[in-house]
Formats: sequence, structure tokens, C-alpha cells
Amino acid sequence: MKQASEAGLLRKVIGASSLGTMIEWYDFYIFGMLAKTISTEFFPEGNSTAALLSTLAIFAAGFIVRPFGALFFGRLGDLLGRKSTFLLTLVLMGGSTFLIGLVPGYRSIGIAAPLIVLLLRLLQGLALGGEYGGAATYVAEHAPAGKRGFYTSWIQTTATLGLFLALGVIMLVKMNLPDEQFNAEWGGWRYPFWFSILLVIVSVYIRLKMQESPLFAKLKSEGKVVKNPLKESFRKRDNFKMVLLALFGAAMGQGVIWYTGQFYAQSFLETKVALNFEQSRSVLLWAILFATPFFIFFGWLSDKAGRKWIMLLGMLLGVLTYRPIFNALLENAKTEQASEGNRVLSGTKKQSKLLAGTADSLITVTRHFELAGGIQYVQEQTDTLRSATTSITEGKPVIKDKVLPKNLYWKYVGLVFLLILYVTMVYGPIAAFLVELFPVHIRYTSMSLPYHIGNGVFGGLVPFIGVLLQTTFTEDPLVGLWYPIGIAALSFIIGAVYLRNRTPAS
Amino acid sequence: MNAIKRILGIVWLLSGPLIIYFLLMGAVHNIDSNGEKDINNPVIWIIIIAIFFPIAIGLMIFGWYALKGVYNDTATSSVDQQ
Repeated sequence: MKQASEAGLLRKVIGASSLGTMIEWYDFYIFGMLAKTISTEFFPEGNSTAALLSTLAIFAAGFIVRPFGALFFGRLGDLLGRKSTFLLTLVLMGGSTFLIGLVPGYRSIGIAAPLIVLLLRLLQGLALGGEYGGAATYVAEHAPAGKRGFYTSWIQTTATLGLFLALGVIMLVKMNLPDEQFNAEWGGWRYPFWFSILLVIVSVYIRLKMQESPLFAKLKSEGKVVKNPLKESFRKRDNFKMVLLALFGAAMGQGVIWYTGQFYAQSFLETKVALNFEQSRSVLLWAILFATPFFIFFGWLSDKAGRKWIMLLGMLLGVLTYRPIFNALLENAKTEQASEGNRVLSGTKKQSKLLAGTADSLITVTRHFELAGGIQYVQEQTDTLRSATTSITEGKPVIKDKVLPKNLYWKYVGLVFLLILYVTMVYGPIAAFLVELFPVHIRYTSMSLPYHIGNGVFGGLVPFIGVLLQTTFTEDPLVGLWYPIGIAALSFIIGAVYLRNRTPAS
Repeated sequence: MNAIKRILGIVWLLSGPLIIYFLLMGAVHNIDSNGEKDINNPVIWIIIIAIFFPIAIGLMIFGWYALKGVYNDTATSSVDQQ
């Protein structure tokens, strides 16, 4: 009877923690996924690159403040308790997300718009920094010692499920609205932000009913709550050396594997492979759906075989196979193939418009093709007609909106599934790994910082440094991968040499 | 194994300043007020250097600890040492 009630309590603990954390991830992701629309809406028009960069800077700022959130809320969590702290982070995150959806565009309130959005984005980053450590610690402190990997792995699914939910909601809205209505100042792009408030209300209600973690409650009742968790974590060498080891030997590699599998892959499918909106998202959705159970599997396995080698194997596989996998994604959808057997699906569509401030005209020619293998795509070429000389300057043809045939589509799902499988290997066991590394009284602070530096800084910069590398080495479309490969390799070496494999027997 | 840990400690210790050097050199070579590429934008470099500077110092401290043998026969966690 007692066992049944304990199992029920554990299910509630996991459910309440996971739901809230998933919502936090959902909130954080929708901003990044709608970056293009947001940049047009909140930043000065005229230079789309500058606007996009501004948004990227806000995106990066969101990631950079995460470690500060980890310190701030980690300290609170070790002083006041896990429950009240991760309740606060949830409200802060949900509130910021909802408010972003209410900020009028730049055209209405000028520079105040990007400033408010930046502020709210920073609050999101802070909240996220505090949430994860709390949820993982809370669940781990309820779980029996030999099952921490299994129970905390449910928390580990939330980041991916949050991405899944964000992708799904955005796709749903976008597919039911014409582009003009979706991108309008008060258009459909705001709906995912508004939707967040409903999710948060439900989650806060559930979390309010939960009790404090038993280990922290015991610590508090015994008067052993530490007065300065930051000092204890980072000034005491025995703790600080573990913080460094957790960062460089695990979280750093885990962060880049995670971002490459979930974010870089999607941006790669969209920009380099040039798949259309629906396929570039749905490939990832399927892959996530198939791979998500493996978070639980590897969490469970880590209870039996130890955390270390499962995580390190995930990193090693990333190092060895990233380039072949991404190369296959690129090569299989190539359109520069022999023209024999290719056919034009629709005739030439010409659009002409005057170039602002001159008498010259832009002529855009759009043609739809289908390759012999079944790939369909749109080729768009914009030429400039000089009015003075009546000469034409030809533009470069741009390939976009590729649609893969069924067999190739599922091959892509399989390839992206592999990328996310590596994510499940590094990410499934890491909460239990981090929790077990530090004592109860400084656990929230000590585990949050390496996790958020690993994921927020090292992981969050994967797309950013990818763009920087691509700008320098323009010939190699896969050059952006050298950053995650290098970081994962470094983390693998450090982890292999310095980490000890923890198993129940040890 | 402990010898390897110590020797690699020198590598991590030296990697810290090397990372900072490459970042500073990258910034000096690429920042260009007339440039239009991302890589010419000083803000991006400032962000990256500001983030990686303390991390590089952390790597040096990690290397120093490794060199000093702090990680020899590593305990599974700091819990085990208390």
C-alpha cells in the first residue's frame, strides 16, 4: 500500500516538474523559431540583415543570461527551497512570453518596441537558467538512489518536447493562415506567445499542490541550509573542481550535441538544403517523435551501466558522423543534376516592379521544376532592367521551397533521427549525473551553472559561430560543423580521462 | 592514468590563453567598420570574447588543478569527499 502511494507521488512529482519545464522550453523556443518575423516587426526596416542580426543578438543575449539565471535562482533554490524557486521561474517565463506577444511593433511605438522585447527576452533567459536545475533536483531528491537516471530522464525529455510543441503550434497557426495574416503586426505569429499563458496557468496550479523536496525539507528542519551557496560552491575547491569537471567533461559536449541535433539541423534543412517550410519542420517533428523514448531508455540504462560512457559515446558518435550525415542531407537533395528527365511543372511567371528611387525595374522570373528523382523545387531569378541603356543585369538563380518525394523524405527523417538519438544519449543521463556530483545544500547552484554554460553558451552559439565560420570559409557548406565537432571531441577527451563511471555498485 | 591526467593538465592550462589569443586576433583581423559581413561586426566579437574570457580562465584553473593532481583518483562526486 505504502509502495503504491510512493509510486503515485513520484508520478505526480515527475508530471508536475516535467510539464512546467516543458512549458519553459516552449516559451524559450518560439522566440527563436519566429526570429525572422520578430526581426521585421520589432527592428527598423530597410536593412533586413541588420534587423535579423539584432534579433540574433537578442537570441544570444537570451542564452548568455542563462548562466546568470542559474546563479541567481540556484542560490535562491538552495536558500529557500526547490519548490518556491521553480514556481517563481515558471511565472517569470510565462509572463515574459505572454507580454512579448502584446508588445506593439516598431512602426507603432518606435525604439521602445525592440527595447521592451530585449528586456523581456533577458527575463526569459534568467527564468530558464533557474528552472531546469530546480526541476531536475526536485525530481532527483524524490527518487530512490538506484533509479535517479530513470526518473530524471523524464525531465530530460521536456526540452525536446518543448521544441516539438513549439514547432507544432507554429506550424498549425502558419498552415491555417495566409502569409500576410501570419506576418501582420497583430497577426498569427503572436498566437503562440498568447497560448503560453494558458499552459503556465495550468502548470502553476499543479505545482502549487506539490510539497517541498524531502531532502531539502530535512536539511531545513535540521537547520543545515547553507548561508551562502555561491561561496560554498565556487570558493571551496572540492566543490569547484567538480563544477569545472562537470562543465568541461560533460555539459560542454552535451550542449553542442544537443543544439546541433535539434537547432542546427533544422536551420540546415531550411537554409542549406532549401526544403520548404512544411518539410523542414515536419522532418524534425517525426525524428523527435521517434527519438524521444530513448531519453528514458538511456536514463534507465545509466542506472545500470553508469552515466559516463553513455554520454561520452553520444559525443563520440557526433564527432565521427556529423559531417557524413549533414553531407548526405545536402547531396541527396541536390538540384544541379543532369537536366534530362527533368520537367517544368509550371511555366515562367514574370513579375516586374520599379526599383525605388530610380527608373530601373526588377524582373523576377519564377519557375517550378521536378527532377527525374521526384524532387520538386522553385527557381527564382531577379534581373535588373536598366532604363537608360535598356540592358539587363542578370541576377543569380535562387533555389528554394524544395519538396522531397516520399522515400527520400523518410530517409531524411532517419538521418535527423540519428542526430537526435545522439542527443538522447548525452542528455538522458545528465541530470542524474549532475545531481549526484554535488551535496544537497549546494546542489541547485552547483549543478545549474555548468549545465547552463554548457547548453546556453557552448550550445547556444552553435548557429552563431556556424554563421561566422561560413562567412570566412565560403566554399565548404559544412564548415559550421567544425565548432560542435571540436567542442564535443574536447569534452570527450576530458570526460574519458577525468570522469569516473558511477554505477550503483560504485 | 594519473600521469596522463597531469600531463593533459598542461594542455588545458595552455589552452586558456591560446583561446583568448585567437579570439583577440580574430577580432583584430575581422572587425571592419566598412565591412558588411557578420564577421566585421564588432558587437559580435565583443559578445563572443566577453563570454569566452571567463570560460578560458576556468579551463586554465581546471588545467592547474589537473597538473597539481587534484583530479588524481577522482572521487565520483564532491559528496563522496564530505
